[in-house]
Amino acid sequence: MKPSPLDNPVIWQLGPVPVTRPVVTTWAIMGVLALVAWLITRRLRPDPARPQMLLELIVSVIQEQIEAITQRPARNLLPLVATLFVFITTANLSGLLPGVQSPTGALETTAALAVIVFFSVHYFGIRARGWRGHLASFAQPKWMMLPLNLLAEVTRTLALSVRLFGNVMSGEFVIAMVAALAGLLVPIPFMALELLVGVIQAYIFTVLATVFIGAAVSGIESGDAAAVDKTPSR
Amino acid sequence: MDVQLISLIGAAFTVSFGALGPALAEGRSVAAAMDAIARQPEAAGTISRTLFVGLAMIETTAIYCLVVALLLLYANPYTG
Repeated sequence: MKPSPLDNPVIWQLGPVPVTRPVVTTWAIMGVLALVAWLITRRLRPDPARPQMLLELIVSVIQEQIEAITQRPARNLLPLVATLFVFITTANLSGLLPGVQSPTGALETTAALAVIVFFSVHYFGIRARGWRGHLASFAQPKWMMLPLNLLAEVTRTLALSVRLFGNVMSGEFVIAMVAALAGLLVPIPFMALELLVGVIQAYIFTVLATVFIGAAVSGIESGDAAAVDKTPSR
Repeated sequence: MDVQLISLIGAAFTVSFGALGPALAEGRSVAAAMDAIARQPEAAGTISRTLFVGLAMIETTAIYCLVVALLLLYANPYTG
């Protein structure tokens, strides 16, 4: 039987803490991202060179997207959301490097990311509307919806983590299988598809996180696509 | 039939039926979005963003099926 995609072998023990392969990859990606950001922002200039221009483009596009989704200034959401997007994109695409398995293909990593989103939804909700307002939003539109809203809070976190995990893991599975069956050049189109899937899944994860937080902040009933678009024409 | 064989068949059925419904639903929603974009190209950004979120919601059911299939294959509580 093939090794299970659900468990990861322990590489080494760090005192009482077992360290698995996705953890090592995650820390490597964090290091690389921090290093690149530090190198580019070390000497900021008003007439930017190419790397700084690229970085500014990424940040401003993400900021515009957040503002379009939540219909309010993006300053306080920007660090969290942009970090999520950049990290997940890098993690998804890192699986295409030879010898690297992408850490988002492990359920633990995506579960951790989804838990971060879960807590930040409540953090931003409470900060924007107070304890009372945030708790009252669970009894919207009628108090009868309370159990369903509480259940949705849990299931959407679960779905967020499993969606990313399932897509990345199955992509790697398919590539491994095709490589085992057909050898040298045949997996390349599948890897190209995986490039697309990786970026799209990072986008979807980030947009969903933004929609959840935006719904908690603005007090539209929590957690569905109705919060995405409030047309300004009204 | 032993439990392993039954779980294999169960996993295959879970994934196939779990792919069926969301595929139909996603086809319908993409078709509707295409229609809307064709009528109103200036709203394409908003429509496609909403479409992505909606597709992700639809996909959730398929993902639950995937989880069940993975549990049957790799974390089955009834095999040893």
